[in-house]
Amino acid sequence: MLRAESVSFGYGDGGFLLAETSVAITPGSLTGLLGPNGCGKTTLLKLLSGVLRPRSGRVLLGDRPLAAMTRRELARHVAVVPQETHPAFEYSVTEMVLMGRHPHLGVFQLEGPADFEAAREALDATGTAHLGARNYMTLSGGEKQRVIIASALAQATEVLLLDEPSASLDLGYQLEVAGLLARLNRERRVTMVLATHDLNLAASLCDRLVVMRAGRVLAQGPTNEVLTSAMVRQLYDVDADVQFHQRAGHLTVVPVGRST
Amino acid sequence: MMPAAATPAARSGDSTIHVRLGAILLGYGALAAAACLLAPLVGSTHISLARAFDRSIPFADNVDAQIFFVARMPRVLAGAVVGATLATAGVVMQALLRNPLATPFTLGVSAGAALGAILVITFSTTVSVGVLSPVPLASLGGALLAAAIVYVLATRPGRTISTAVLLLAGVTLNSFFSALILFVQYLADFTQTYRAVRWLMGDLDVGSFGPIAASLPLASIAFAMFAVLPRSLNLLSVGADSAATRGVDVARTQRLAFLSSSLATAAAVSLAGPIGFVGIVVPHLVRLMVGVDHRLVLPASALFGAAFLVGCDLVARTILAPVEVPVGVVTAMLGGPFFLWLLVRKS
Repeated sequence: MLRAESVSFGYGDGGFLLAETSVAITPGSLTGLLGPNGCGKTTLLKLLSGVLRPRSGRVLLGDRPLAAMTRRELARHVAVVPQETHPAFEYSVTEMVLMGRHPHLGVFQLEGPADFEAAREALDATGTAHLGARNYMTLSGGEKQRVIIASALAQATEVLLLDEPSASLDLGYQLEVAGLLARLNRERRVTMVLATHDLNLAASLCDRLVVMRAGRVLAQGPTNEVLTSAMVRQLYDVDADVQFHQRAGHLTVVPVGRST
Repeated sequence: MMPAAATPAARSGDSTIHVRLGAILLGYGALAAAACLLAPLVGSTHISLARAFDRSIPFADNVDAQIFFVARMPRVLAGAVVGATLATAGVVMQALLRNPLATPFTLGVSAGAALGAILVITFSTTVSVGVLSPVPLASLGGALLAAAIVYVLATRPGRTISTAVLLLAGVTLNSFFSALILFVQYLADFTQTYRAVRWLMGDLDVGSFGPIAASLPLASIAFAMFAVLPRSLNLLSVGADSAATRGVDVARTQRLAFLSSSLATAAAVSLAGPIGFVGIVVPHLVRLMVGVDHRLVLPASALFGAAFLVGCDLVARTILAPVEVPVGVVTAMLGGPFFLWLLVRKS
């Protein structure tokens, strides 16, 4: 449904951050985007969400190129959860979540019952309903990230792009956010692309992986086929054991040392 | 009462923006109207509101009406217009720069206006267009020139504006224009310097309705642009990329916000000089009362800003009567400590 066709991107005079990259996101999938720092994960997400325009190549939603769509139109199909969100003013949780309704409202239109309903569902789905009246800035890291996910859910899109949504969270919150994403993907059929450094998170959560290094895609496909010791070495220069973990029920990655 | 199952979010959300917006327009509208009606009653000569509006007495014989409408009303209306435009320009500038401490003067518009005014005062130019006399005309020109320079420096075709570049360009232009102002002042004689300093203090004593009418077209354009901005400003103040993915055309919103707040500031400053602190005190007071949603903050700031500046000018006219202190001195004496309090509260 969402795919990039040999897209390249770079800023001004610099070299390419992303070169001739083609990625296809399967509808209904939860795709993990893996790769070392600076490999182009965030750039690819920004191209997929239309925040950046490719220098060459194109990104398509269904059969329509993003370049032919308005921001408003696109935002009704694709939502984004960034790494961190720092509002300049002290919005309440409800206000933050209702902002997800922006692409569904006319310029002078105020939110109506349908919008409040969407916000309430999103708050319930993310377990943040009790925070509604709180000031967003006073929330803990995990609560903030769940509220931003709720805001993206209220946007009512088929696709959700997440850029390391649990990078700054402790283990408990990471599992909580992971569980939330899995549930939303399963129950609401939201197609998700998740950029992450956490190989075990990706292994537990994602049915497909796209692995990148130095602005190029090395492999993409089902998690069980892509995630191997050889791939981890190729990506990070790390020697790791990749094994199926019986109790967890998915592949696990145990780094052993820097490969030589 | 809502059913017990309803979340606090649902309650505060559903009780809703429609009702709150209506209440704000009514409440703050009444406040602004009351300020504009009552302020002209206060002054060296006591007059009665009933007599001023008594249509049975011919205007030529009705001294109360003459004092009310001719002597005092222009000054009060100028206060209302300037207060409303500076307060809203402040709100928009703070959202655009994602910085609650920004003011309408942060990006150099007022410094440009000051340079224009002081050039005319010093070199006694007598060019005028219609009702616009030389000083307002020159300050308007200076303000628009400053805005144009910052705009050209900070925008790239089709790209979003970097707020860091905007801020740097504005602050640099501010100090460059200040240097030029000092240079021109150095060439001026004592009378000219006195006039220039008085202009810089900001004063609402506009004399007649003419200058107010002249500032209205520009202010109206600015307000028309403000009207389409509020929800986009909410999203923009959360973050440019996040706003884009929620459906905001960021580059367009930024341009509209910059142009509208610059036009509003130019209109206000060319009418009454650079009256400081209105653009920061009013938005913050309003946020304390109505929250931070720009769909409420913007109209509330326009109305409260009008009432606020009319009130400040009332103090300025009466505190040392019969001497009239420039209103800019009063707003600065209120605003300075308020600004510091904000800074301390932030940290």
